[in-house]
Amino acid sequence: MAAPRTLFEKIWDAHVVAAEPDCPAVLYIDLHLVHEMTSPQAFAGLRRRGLKARRPERTVATIDHIIPTIDKARTVSDPAVKDLLSAIEKNCRDFGVALHGIGDEYQGIVHVIGPELGLTQPGMTIVCGDSHTSTHGAFGALAFGIGTSEVEHVLATQCLLQRKPKTFEVRVDGRLRPGVTSKDIILAVIARLGIGGATGHVFEYRGDAVRALSMEERMTMCNMSIEAGARAGMVAPDETTFGWLKGRPFAPGDFSAFRDLKTDDGAVFDRTMTIDADALEPMITYGTNPGMGMGVTGTIPSDTAKQALDYMGLEAGRPLAGHPIDVVFIGSCTNSRITDLRAAASILKGRRVKARVLVVPGSEQVKRQAEREGLDRIFLDAGCEWREPGCSMCIAMNGDELKEGQYCVSTSNRNFEGRQGKGGRTILASPLTAAASAIEGRVTDVRKML
Amino acid sequence: MDPITTFRGKSVALNIPNIDTDQVTPANYTKVTDKQGLGKILFAHWRYKNAQFDPNPDFPLNRPGAEGATILVAGGNFGCGSSREHAPWALVGYGFRAIVSTSFADIFRNNALKNGLIPVVVDPAVHGEALAAAEKHLDIAVDLPNQKVTLPSGRSATFPIDPFQKRCLVQGVDEMGYLLAHLEEIGAFERRRGESGAAASK
Repeated sequence: MAAPRTLFEKIWDAHVVAAEPDCPAVLYIDLHLVHEMTSPQAFAGLRRRGLKARRPERTVATIDHIIPTIDKARTVSDPAVKDLLSAIEKNCRDFGVALHGIGDEYQGIVHVIGPELGLTQPGMTIVCGDSHTSTHGAFGALAFGIGTSEVEHVLATQCLLQRKPKTFEVRVDGRLRPGVTSKDIILAVIARLGIGGATGHVFEYRGDAVRALSMEERMTMCNMSIEAGARAGMVAPDETTFGWLKGRPFAPGDFSAFRDLKTDDGAVFDRTMTIDADALEPMITYGTNPGMGMGVTGTIPSDTAKQALDYMGLEAGRPLAGHPIDVVFIGSCTNSRITDLRAAASILKGRRVKARVLVVPGSEQVKRQAEREGLDRIFLDAGCEWREPGCSMCIAMNGDELKEGQYCVSTSNRNFEGRQGKGGRTILASPLTAAASAIEGRVTDVRKML
Repeated sequence: MDPITTFRGKSVALNIPNIDTDQVTPANYTKVTDKQGLGKILFAHWRYKNAQFDPNPDFPLNRPGAEGATILVAGGNFGCGSSREHAPWALVGYGFRAIVSTSFADIFRNNALKNGLIPVVVDPAVHGEALAAAEKHLDIAVDLPNQKVTLPSGRSATFPIDPFQKRCLVQGVDEMGYLLAHLEEIGAFERRRGESGAAASK
C-alpha cells in the first residue's frame, strides 16, 4: 500500500513534470491569474525572447490594483496608471489572454473573480504575481504567489521551477463564538506564529471549526497564510466547496473526482499547531505587521518594538479598544465578498457611522449581488461610501489612501508602515469589528452590538 | 546575465527586523512597466522626507560614508509581504549585490536570486558582527562558488544557497533556459492528462 500523503503532497505529486537530481521540480501550473501591476515586464520578456504564451486558455487577467473605485467612469489622470492600463490591454490582446477589464461584468480583484468564475478548482495548481494567491487554496488547490520573472516562466512554459515546501497542519477545534469570524482565527494564527513563523511551509487548515466555515470564510483564512510567511494555505474540498462552485461559468459539472482529495489518515505533517475556536475573541492588530495582533479586549504588549509604537502613536500596556479612528475600510481580497458585506451591513443597518467609511466590493458580481440585496442602501444610509470594485485602500495605489497620521480600521491584510498611504496607521480586523468601529468612531468590540 | 563569482564592497546597516517589500518599494512608486530606474525609489518612505525626494538625513543610506554601498546588512525575515519583484529590481538598481540577514521571506529570496542579488543567511553571532561592520561602512566580501562571506575582522562563514540557483548565477544563465529545455516533457505531460484540466484526485 502506498504511504499516506497529505493533501498538499497529492497535488504536488500530480503536477511534477520533471525532477532531476540537484534541480528544483518542473511543476505544471493549471491556472495562471494575471493583473496589471506585476505583469508588464513579464510580457516584455516574452517579446524579447520571441516567445508566445504557451497556454493562453489557462491564463486569465483582470485589472484591480491601480484603478479608481470612485465611480463607474474610472477616470484616470496619472500617466503612469494610463501606461499600465494600456500595457495590460495590449499584452492580453497580443498574447491571446482573456482580460476582465474595466466595464466587464467579471472585473474585480483577481482573488475574488477566480473563484467566482469557477476557474479556481480543487486539485489545481494556481499561481499569480501576487502574494495573496494563497486565497485559492480554500478550494483544495495548491495556490501561491510568484514574482514577475516567474510570471514570464509560466506564460512561456506553463511551468515553474519549485523546491518542495514543508507541510504545516493548523487544526482549529471547537466552535466560534458569536462575533468571532475566520478573520479572527487567521489573525490569531499569525499572532501566535509571528510574521515569518511559517516560512518554507504550506498550511493545511483542518478541524471542526474549519469544516463549519463558508467558502468565503475559508478564503479569508487562506488569503492571509502568507502573512505568517507560509507560501500557501489549503482546505480539503467538501460538500461546501462543491455546492459553492456548482453552476459557476467555468466550474466542472461533476465533482466526484475530488471526493478523495484530502489528507490520508496517518499522513504526517512537518509541523502542527492547534487553536481552540471557543477561546478566541475578535482580533485587532496594534503594530506594523500582521503578527502584531491581540484580542480586542487586550492591552498592547510591553515587548512591542519601539519603531512600531512610534509609528502607530500608541503606548505599550494600554488597551486599543476605545481609541479614536478616522477611517474604516471594508474591502480587499481578504474581506470584500458578499458574506463580508452582509456581515458589515448587519451591524450598520439603521445606524450612522462616525468615521469616513469606504465599502469597496471585491468584484462587479459582488457589487451587483449586494445591490440586489439592498446592502448598498444600508451602507449609504449609514453614511458610508459605496464604491466600484478594486484593491483600493488595501494597497493605496489608486488614490484611495489615508492621510498622514490617520487611524484606519481595515478589513484588509497588511498593516505595514505606509501600506494604506504614507504615515497612515492601519488596524486590521474583521468586517464585523470594522463595522462596529465605524458606528462608534472608535476601535470597538462588536460583541456588545450583537 | 553576467556570471557572479566573488565580489567585495562597502556595507551599510539597516538593523530592523521584518523589513517588508512595501518598505523596500512602496506600492505607489511601483506603477511602472519597466524594471529599470527603480533605484531612486528604494526605501522611499524612509529615505526621503517628502514626495519631492528630499533626503532624510537620519536614514542609514543617507548618512555620510554610506554612498556607494553594495552590501546591505538587514534584520531577519527580510523581504516579507508582497511578491513584487520591484523590490529586488530597486535594490539592484541602487547598486546592492548582496543582502546579509538571519533569514529571508520565500518569495523575496526567489525574486532576488533571479536578479543576481545574493541573499546571504548567517547565524545571529555572525550577523551581529556584520551589523557592527556595516555601521562603519566597512567592506564585506562574498564568494558565491564557495558560499562564503568574509567580514572585515577576517572572520568568515558559509551560507546556504540552492545548488541549482547557484549554478545559474555562477554561469550567468537564467532559469528560463532550463524550463525551455523541458518543453518536450511538458508537452508529454499535457497529452498524458488530456486537455481537460486538473484532476489530482489520487
